Amino acid sequence: MNMNICVCIKQVPDTNRIKIDPVTNTLVRKGVPSIINPFDTYAVEMAAKLKEEYGGKVVVISMGPPQASKALKVCLSVGADEAYLISDRAFGGSDTLATGYILAGAIKKIEELEDLKFDLIFCGKQAIDGDTAQVGPQIAEQLGLAQATYALDVSCTNDHTIVKREVDGGYDTVLVQTPAVVTVVHTDQMPRYATYSTRSEAKKKQVHVLSSAELSELDLAQCGLSGSPTRVVNTYTPSVQKLGIMIEGSSTTELVDKLVGILDDKRLL
Amino acid sequence: MESYNTLNQEIIDELRAVSDHVLVGSAINPDYAKDEMPIYGTHMPDLVVQAHSTQEVSDVMKVCYKHSIPVTARGAGTGLAGGAVPIFGGVILDISPMNHLLGYDLENFVVNVEAGVLLKDLQDDCITKGLMYPPDPGMKYACLGGNVATNAGGMRAVKYGTTRDYVRAMTVVLANGEITHFGATVSKTSSGYSLLNLMIGSEGTLGIITELTLKIIPAPKATASIIVPFKDLKTALSAVPKFKMAHLDPQAIEFMETDIVDMTERFIGRSVFPKQCNGEDIHSYLLITLDGSSDEDLDEQIDQFSKVCFDNQAMEVFIAETPSQISNAWAARSAFYEAITDEIKMLDECDVVIPVNKIAEFIPFVNEIGAELGLDITCYGHAGDGNIHIYQCSNTMSPEEFEERNNKFFDVIYAKAVEYGGEVSGEHGIGNAKMKYLEESIGKTNVDLMEGIKRVFDPKMILNPGKVCHRL
Repeated sequence: MNMNICVCIKQVPDTNRIKIDPVTNTLVRKGVPSIINPFDTYAVEMAAKLKEEYGGKVVVISMGPPQASKALKVCLSVGADEAYLISDRAFGGSDTLATGYILAGAIKKIEELEDLKFDLIFCGKQAIDGDTAQVGPQIAEQLGLAQATYALDVSCTNDHTIVKREVDGGYDTVLVQTPAVVTVVHTDQMPRYATYSTRSEAKKKQVHVLSSAELSELDLAQCGLSGSPTRVVNTYTPSVQKLGIMIEGSSTTELVDKLVGILDDKRLL
Repeated sequence: MESYNTLNQEIIDELRAVSDHVLVGSAINPDYAKDEMPIYGTHMPDLVVQAHSTQEVSDVMKVCYKHSIPVTARGAGTGLAGGAVPIFGGVILDISPMNHLLGYDLENFVVNVEAGVLLKDLQDDCITKGLMYPPDPGMKYACLGGNVATNAGGMRAVKYGTTRDYVRAMTVVLANGEITHFGATVSKTSSGYSLLNLMIGSEGTLGIITELTLKIIPAPKATASIIVPFKDLKTALSAVPKFKMAHLDPQAIEFMETDIVDMTERFIGRSVFPKQCNGEDIHSYLLITLDGSSDEDLDEQIDQFSKVCFDNQAMEVFIAETPSQISNAWAARSAFYEAITDEIKMLDECDVVIPVNKIAEFIPFVNEIGAELGLDITCYGHAGDGNIHIYQCSNTMSPEEFEERNNKFFDVIYAKAVEYGGEVSGEHGIGNAKMKYLEESIGKTNVDLMEGIKRVFDPKMILNPGKVCHRL
């Protein structure tokens, strides 16, 4: 049983290194390196593991500017077989709806080009720059496929996929009809390291680029900024509230009295 | 032997008159009695001043000098040789509240900080500005003042040198309370004795460092960390000198064995290092960071580096390229010490430094002596600069038995290190823990010179008495 898997990845700014301009409320991106969205690295690892177990092909795709091909090359060194960059000025400024539409169109095109059908489409559960967690489910809707979100683990039968999903306080296990879209959280399986040889092989491979010309079936009115219904009305930095009050005093009775006084003032008693 | 006065109410009142941050009695946190190695002795101070300014330090020193009260400077208390432990009681001058980053001078590539700024805070702040403060000791929550006072080394010393190489100038409060400045924001100097360099590594015995001007550099454009597994430690260590011989200049070259890696992964709760390679068990690793001026430069270095590794019997070359892989690998390395203390009841450590080309024969010797004495030995450290951290551990011996065997171990190991041309401490310092071995390795004449220097700086010998060269 072969499992062909498409993994959607995104190159994002390293949000651990990013600050918010207190005046304009926008991200200060200067000098901040781009990284592969961390959840996506777990999705790539999950795909690579399934390929080892069942055979098949792992194709990694990303929509973004030409420099995103660097992220795709890294994926080629840790288990992906082919890489496609979906890049066109017409796609710039897409919101999640337009992105889901474009990626779904690209996935169909790649199935044609690679002469295969994907059994699974993986995404990270969300990108750390937007945190919407919408693109995976939107791809599933666009393609008319089943979807399972927040996956910790995936195993496969002939026509079904068993997904262990992270939920509050534990996990649940669901059975979905294959093909399906699965979004992946941080799992116990650390993304593997590239080795010297896998990295050298990856360097020799080409990242295929698909523009609007190759994806001619897409309706450009549904792509890019003009095809995106989302409007950002306002962004702001949540105010930081200082927590914790230190109560000082010389005796336990005094401390307790002060505490009771504070609670009483706040009408908590 | 000097005689010191004990604090009485009158002196306490004098100190309260110059400082609003005086703690006495039960207000003193018991942590002030120790650093990270209580095995070298603990002692509560009689009074703690949580200093907020150079002037406050100066005023406190004037009172202590007048009354001959011992004073021990303390930062975050993360030392490993007893340096911040007030073995004579007296006053602890805690400079950790002096934690302000005072500003960058980017035309001269320096940063001004108060001595209580944490290493991690400076490193993180530099990174957001595309800069790097290269010294990188394992304990990121140490104060920079303490780093300077012990000439802390760390992982990146291989390429960038130790803390000493990054101190341009400092503000110091002398034993009598006088405030002075050593060094300048210049790249070179030939202006008499370097008082600045005397202060670096002086462990609070010559003066109290309150502010620092530190050199910074532009951050490298690209970095990668590489994990190189080997079948045994000797093969791993034998590869180390070959990198420089091949004109490679890694930022860091750390060595470790599977036992410490397993212990650390249990401690941090996740698996970071590969355990097998092509079906074979891994026994030792080198963890390396390469940096380059561009992605292409780094790529070329990785290729060359991998070739040297394979030529020297590396089982594989694993490349950590994503920030999370890099930070996980180094966070695990930084957690080694905490992981050991989490599982071991009795331990002592040896921070010896020897010539790089001797490590491969030294470590097996260390393990052999440990086995003879029934001590569990864990070694890791900076293969690239010859600084090894050896941990003598036991969960079964009585404290007396451990001490006896441990002392025998130290005698043999330090003697061997000296025979190889090494020194007692690479980066942790002497404190009160390693004084005997310092004198054995550098000789009485040299320790006398050190003590003479101390006496000039500190005629009443009140600064951190009983440490480094001040024999009791």
